[in-house]
Amino acid sequence: MGLRRGLLLLLRRILRRRNTKIGIYGAPNAGKTTLANRIIHDFLDNTEDIGVVSEIPHETRRAFRKEGILITAKGAKLRVDIVDTPGLATKIDFHDFLAYGLSEEEAKKRAKEATEGVIEAIKWLDDLDGVLLVMDATEDPYTQANIVIIGNLEARGIPFIIVANKVDLKNAAPARIKNAFPQHVVVPVSALKGDNMEKLYEEMARRFR
Amino acid sequence: MSGGGEEEKDIKLDLISEDRMASMTSMEKIRFILDGVKLGNIVVLEGGLTPEEQMKLIEMTMSEIDEDFAGIEIGSYPVKRGFLGLRRRTRLTIVGPANMMKTIKKDKDLIRAIISRV
Repeated sequence: MGLRRGLLLLLRRILRRRNTKIGIYGAPNAGKTTLANRIIHDFLDNTEDIGVVSEIPHETRRAFRKEGILITAKGAKLRVDIVDTPGLATKIDFHDFLAYGLSEEEAKKRAKEATEGVIEAIKWLDDLDGVLLVMDATEDPYTQANIVIIGNLEARGIPFIIVANKVDLKNAAPARIKNAFPQHVVVPVSALKGDNMEKLYEEMARRFR
Repeated sequence: MSGGGEEEKDIKLDLISEDRMASMTSMEKIRFILDGVKLGNIVVLEGGLTPEEQMKLIEMTMSEIDEDFAGIEIGSYPVKRGFLGLRRRTRLTIVGPANMMKTIKKDKDLIRAIISRV
């Protein structure tokens, strides 16, 4: 299955005339939308955002695609569509949103939309050429969500880069992510501050071309 | 067990053998797990679920979340790869209701969880 899918992806890449579709995945509040916004600011429009960033989990409840972003890094070029996806979760309890000051009605609505968002994120995996898997470098990376995403990407033969985000924070430990997933490429960045983004773009150009 | 009050504290575990799982299709496994978990049971699968089955389980869980069912907590060891990485072997998977089960530590060979009756 993995081998066949890998060959199909390779063939598709050779024959491709369209943009490379890159999905941004990860747990809620890992910084996926901040990363998507950073990529758009760096290569498309400094004033445009793909989505709103919030401390309340599941702020992104629909997948959004931004088309035709030309990423350049050390002479290499890669034209991509960036797909910012809702955070992958196994549980969504509307009570959790009440702590952020939402009314019960708002919390229930948000929970309902968030469940639909997770399903949408899963469906998008069928249409992607590559994935940026964002992990919060201040948190334990060995979560079931991360393990399930990585297992599915491997099974489908979709190339991916693990983005160890939030390295600007004092308690960030990107080495913990590298130790947890030693067989995969890990790039530490701060999507918020723009730290080490050049390295990520180089890696994207190398792996997703 | 002396009274109804104590019975309510009981937690039911479904320990499913690898052979039993092998006779089920992926959808049957997922339905079996979700039905058990929605009844408040902890389901332990000896043979485990593949990453694709786990993703399908998450997808189906999302479609069934409501005010009474907040979702699942799931823990499993990563898939082991055989010669040249061609053969995958799934390992134990544990699934429980999100409001009863909480994973407190996890690495590639250990899952430590707290299970409590709500």
